[in-house]
Amino acid sequence: MSMTMSQKILASHAQLEEVRAGQLIMADLDLVLGNDITAPVAIKEFAKFNVDRVFDTQKVALVPDHFTPNKDIKAAQQCKMMREFATEKEIENYFEIGQMGIEHALLPEQGLVDAGDLIIGADSHTCTYGALGAFSTGVGSTDMAAGMATGKAWFKVPSALRFHLSGQLPAWVSGKDLILHIIGMIGVDGALYRSMEFSGPGVASLSIDDRFTICNMAIEAGAKNGIFPVDEVALAYLADHCKRKPVIFEADEDAEYDQTYEIDLGTIRPTVAFPHLPDNTRTIDEVGEVKIDQVVIGSCTNGRISDLRVAASILAGKKVHPQVRTIIFPATQEIYLQAMEEGLLKTFVLAGAVVSTPTCGPCLGGHMGILADGERAVATTNRNFVGRMGHVGSEVYLASPAVAAASALTGRITDPASIEER
Amino acid sequence: MKAQGNAFRYGDNVDTDVIIPARYLNTSDPKELAAHCMEDIDATFIDRVKDGDIMVADRNFGCGSSREHAPLAIKTAGISCVIAASFARIFYRNSINIGLPILECPEAVSGIKAGDTVSVEFSTGLITNESTGESWSAEPFPPFIQKMISSDGLINYLKKEVLS
Repeated sequence: MSMTMSQKILASHAQLEEVRAGQLIMADLDLVLGNDITAPVAIKEFAKFNVDRVFDTQKVALVPDHFTPNKDIKAAQQCKMMREFATEKEIENYFEIGQMGIEHALLPEQGLVDAGDLIIGADSHTCTYGALGAFSTGVGSTDMAAGMATGKAWFKVPSALRFHLSGQLPAWVSGKDLILHIIGMIGVDGALYRSMEFSGPGVASLSIDDRFTICNMAIEAGAKNGIFPVDEVALAYLADHCKRKPVIFEADEDAEYDQTYEIDLGTIRPTVAFPHLPDNTRTIDEVGEVKIDQVVIGSCTNGRISDLRVAASILAGKKVHPQVRTIIFPATQEIYLQAMEEGLLKTFVLAGAVVSTPTCGPCLGGHMGILADGERAVATTNRNFVGRMGHVGSEVYLASPAVAAASALTGRITDPASIEER
Repeated sequence: MKAQGNAFRYGDNVDTDVIIPARYLNTSDPKELAAHCMEDIDATFIDRVKDGDIMVADRNFGCGSSREHAPLAIKTAGISCVIAASFARIFYRNSINIGLPILECPEAVSGIKAGDTVSVEFSTGLITNESTGESWSAEPFPPFIQKMISSDGLINYLKKEVLS
């Protein structure tokens, strides 16, 4: 029987020759992830098991990234609970402030993700690691607790949608624009319960950072996971970061897909998701005059070095609009350092932007850039739900780092191609 | 197991950010979370909800964040069952794992208005609008999931059924 790439990874982790869509399986996990919001709930559930230890001290990752550096006393208490649990259970991959980064940028960078892995994380954007050919999916705290205790999770084997890519993205168009275009096309539940599998000659032209961004937002179409084939781009990244040997799974040539979408990357335009759903997309040519109060560049979706480079290339030698608060978040300490060495941080500060330590803060309306009633932000984040970045009367427009940086200069949503180079 | 109560009616794509806004996630105490349940789209929900009431929504209920705080807040607020045309997958899984009964039934959703009295029989999937007399059959949960819900969640179920 033929299988998709996702199904093959699940089958191998359930010690089964084959699986079919709809089948319920119990599978072995390579990594279980939690953060300062979801881990405290999981730790309380874990305690009910009455087991002394986690299934493998190397295969649990705890990252205090959401309300950190601690935004208030309650957040501090939650982080303390997670820190004490990590110490008591001798969890090797606990990342304290100073080493931590936004989890979905951090774990691949730290070499904790390999091709062929099966990963669950108590965070919906755990689907990011499909960029490296892993099956990774978001779960809740109870699944995380059961995963930490047993090293296993139950899954319903998903069917898949295939996105067959050809051509190359034009100038100023990125993986963010592609995934927003796809979500706009299929809707916020267009891939519900299913895998999104990317294939075709266009894949080779997408950078690993673009692939992280694309898989990261698979959940915004309701998908269980997003996944790319393991090619030279992925192998080069893994060789630089992961000590383990990659295990490469490929979809069978006759694998069945619920639907195949053919996409010519050359036709994608800079794309913006208007409030209050990620599928409410318009191309930059259709946005009209939208005045903004804040720009946020960062997050698990777009806080990687290539995102910062493109933002810096637009902001270099210019000043942000005087009425736009521009906040830039490198996603990890390593990215922060690299941005410093490349002079990007200086470019941002000279342009009138602020640069923050890594945190998920503003993306989920936690801290570090909360919006007031009636305010609008262009953000490179992943959700624009009602009240997502602050007041219920505020608005978030999702866009690429290029669109966000261009908009910071003009004070309205702007096509990066219209900004004159220095 | 049976549930009966008044229906609270919502639309498409009710996301976990409105079920429990992230600004309240600096606690994991279910009672504190429940106090803010739905407040960004239905500010009076928490004052009106009574034990046993039923939440009814259209497509893709619970989309967005994986926060288990969302089904936990709904359950702790007193809701005995959520019926929707469809559920986002993490919310679906989380609800079962914490023992909040949920049923997918688009036909029932179109036949229920806010304030109707609704009853649900979990073993058969029978949903009845007691105010109009109409009834519908949702796909019941397989027995292991029914046991998980009646055990008050995955952990208790695993302890009882697997570890003992």
